[in-house]
Amino acid sequence: MGPLARAKEPFRFCTQTHIPELTGLKANNLQELLDHIKTVPGSVIYHHTHHFLQQHQYLSPEPPNDFAYWITGILGEEVLGEALFSIDTIQYTTIRELRNEIIRTIDNYVEKHPKSLQKFATTGEDFHFVKSVSFVFQTPYIVSDLKEFQAALQRVTLESIYFHMFEARLRIGIGTNDFSNWLEHSLSENKLANKIASLDPYTHTMENLRFALVKLIEKRIVELSLEEFPVRVTLQNH
Amino acid sequence: MPKITEYESIVGPNTLEELKLLAGKLQGKLIQNINSTAVGGGVAEILNRMVPLLQELGVDARWDFIKGGEDFFNVTKKFHNALHGKQEEITPQMFETFMETSLRNIDEVKTYGDVVFIHDPQPVVLIKKKASIPDSKWIWRCHIDVSTPHKQVWNFLTPFVHQYDAAVFSAPNFSQPLPIRQFLIPPSIDPLSDKNRELPQETVDAVLEKYHIPKDKPIITQISRFDYLKDPIGVIEAYRLVKKRIDCQLIIAGGTAADDPESTRVFAETKEAAGNDVDIHILPIPSGSDIEINALQRASTVIVQKSLREGFGLTITEALWKAKPVVASGTGGIPLQIRHKYSGLLCHSVAGAAFSIKQLLNSTEYAKKLGENGREHIKQNFLLTRHLKDYMLLFLCMYHPEDIVYL
Repeated sequence: MGPLARAKEPFRFCTQTHIPELTGLKANNLQELLDHIKTVPGSVIYHHTHHFLQQHQYLSPEPPNDFAYWITGILGEEVLGEALFSIDTIQYTTIRELRNEIIRTIDNYVEKHPKSLQKFATTGEDFHFVKSVSFVFQTPYIVSDLKEFQAALQRVTLESIYFHMFEARLRIGIGTNDFSNWLEHSLSENKLANKIASLDPYTHTMENLRFALVKLIEKRIVELSLEEFPVRVTLQNH
Repeated sequence: MPKITEYESIVGPNTLEELKLLAGKLQGKLIQNINSTAVGGGVAEILNRMVPLLQELGVDARWDFIKGGEDFFNVTKKFHNALHGKQEEITPQMFETFMETSLRNIDEVKTYGDVVFIHDPQPVVLIKKKASIPDSKWIWRCHIDVSTPHKQVWNFLTPFVHQYDAAVFSAPNFSQPLPIRQFLIPPSIDPLSDKNRELPQETVDAVLEKYHIPKDKPIITQISRFDYLKDPIGVIEAYRLVKKRIDCQLIIAGGTAADDPESTRVFAETKEAAGNDVDIHILPIPSGSDIEINALQRASTVIVQKSLREGFGLTITEALWKAKPVVASGTGGIPLQIRHKYSGLLCHSVAGAAFSIKQLLNSTEYAKKLGENGREHIKQNFLLTRHLKDYMLLFLCMYHPEDIVYL
C-alpha cells in the first residue's frame, strides 16, 4: 500500500477536565425545575445532560440526563422521565436547541398531566443545579494521516475522545464533532466524516465509542488500499 | 507516606501527567492553607496528604494554623454541631468568645498566600486580612454538611463568607444561596492508606479470629461510629428480617468516644438490641485501627450504611473501593456514590434494606457486578488523585472566570 494522503492541517488531540460549580439553585417540584431550566446558563444544561457520561464512562449505555433521572426516581413521573431520556441529543447542535427540546417535552407533559405539578421531592432529595467549568489543554498527539489518526485514537484518554466528540460539537459550537470536521476539511474524507458524525455517541460507552471510531477508520484504510490496487494492475499492463 | 508516583499503578500514567500539567499552570502561585489543627479530625487528615502531594507536584503549598483556647474550641464544636443541623443552645457569649479569639488570630496569624485557602468555620474571620495582600484570592472550604444549618450560627458566619472569592462544598445539597462562586468538591479516599490498601488474606483472617467471627456464614457489616443518625438498631432489625430466610451474621463496628455520652448510650442500646444472638457482633473499634476496619470490610459479603442522615458517607466510598456490594440510605452524599441498581442499592426503610440485602446474598453474580461497578466509579471519581486535581482546578478558577478555560 502506498502512502496515505497527508492532511492539509495536522490534527492535534486535546483533552479536557472539569470542575463542577454550584449555582445554589434547586427545585422541589416540576414547576420549579422547569422555571430554572428556562433561565440557568447553558453550562448548567450541558452539565446535567453530559456529566454522567464522564463519571460513568465504564457503564453500558445509560441516558445521561439528570433531569430525567430525578423526574423518574424522585417524582415518580416515569412517562415524562422516559420522554426526556429519549431525547435524541445528537440532533441538536447547540445547547439552546437542546434546552428548548427539554422545555417543550416537560411543557407538553404538564399540559396533559397537570397533577404532575403537585408532586414534591422529600427533604434532601431536591434537584440541585450545577454547572461545569471545563479546562481544555493540548495532548502530545498530533496526526497527519489516517493511520496516525487511528493509532492516536487507540492511545488517547477517554476524556480526549469525549472532548472531541461531545464537548466540541455541542458546547464549543462547531456544529459537528472535531474528528469529522478535520477529516472533511483537511483530508477531504467526506464519507468517513459523515459516518462518524452520524454515530450516536450517547448510546455507546466511551470505550465502545473509541472501538467504533477505530473500526471505521480501519475500514477506510483498507478501502483506500483496495482502491489503489487496481490502479497498480492497470499500470503494469501498460 | 506514599509518593505521588505510587498512585500511577492505580490511576494510570495519564492521570499523573494531567496532575503535573495542572501543577505547572500554578507555577508562581503560593497556596496557603489555614485550619485550626495539625492533628485529629478529617480536615487535618486531608491536609496531611494534600499538602505534601501538591508540593511533590511542584505547587508551592503551605499549611498554617490558627490558635485558640479551650473556650474557643468548645464554641466551635457547638457551631460545628449546629451547622450540621443538631439542636444546640447558642448564646451571645459564644459569639463573643469566637470573635475575641478570631481577632487575636487576625493579629497573630501571618497570611501571605496568592491563594488563601481557609478550612471550615474556625478561621473564617481571617478574611478581614484580605485587603492586606493585594490581588490575593480567598477561598472558604466548608467540610461540614450545612444543608439544614442552625440559622443563628449560619447568619453569623455569612457576612464573613460573602467576602471570600469562592466557597467550596462537598455535596450539591450543602450549597446555600451565596453571592460568591461555589464549587463542588466531594471528599476522597486514599487507596494506599491502611484503611484502603490491599490486605493479605492472612491479615483479614487474623482480624476475624480476633473478634471471634466465623467464616461459615455470609457477613453483613455496617461500619460507623455509634450514633443515632447511623441507625444501628435499624440495621439489627433489617438483619433479623434477612435472617428469617438466609442464615447470616451481622457486624456493627465503629468507634465510641469516651468523652461523648451519646455514643456510649447508643453502643449500650445497640448491644441490648442484639440480645444474645451469637451471630451479631457489636464491635467497639479503637480509633487508629484502620487495618482492622479494612479487614472487616474485606471479609464482608454485603456492606450496609443505613444512616438516617449522612455527610458524604466515606465508609461507603471505602466499601465500594473494595468492590463490595452496598445497601445504603439515599441520604446526604450517598446518591453521588451509588446509582441505584448500578453501583449499589439505595433503601429508605428497614424493610427496604432487608429486601436489598436478601437480593444481594441470593444473587451473587448481581452483587459482584454492582461491586465491580462501584469500585470503578470510586476509581474514576473519589480517589485522592481526583481531589488533588479538583483543588488545582479550583485555584486556577480564581484566575479564570469563564466556563471554558483553554490552558
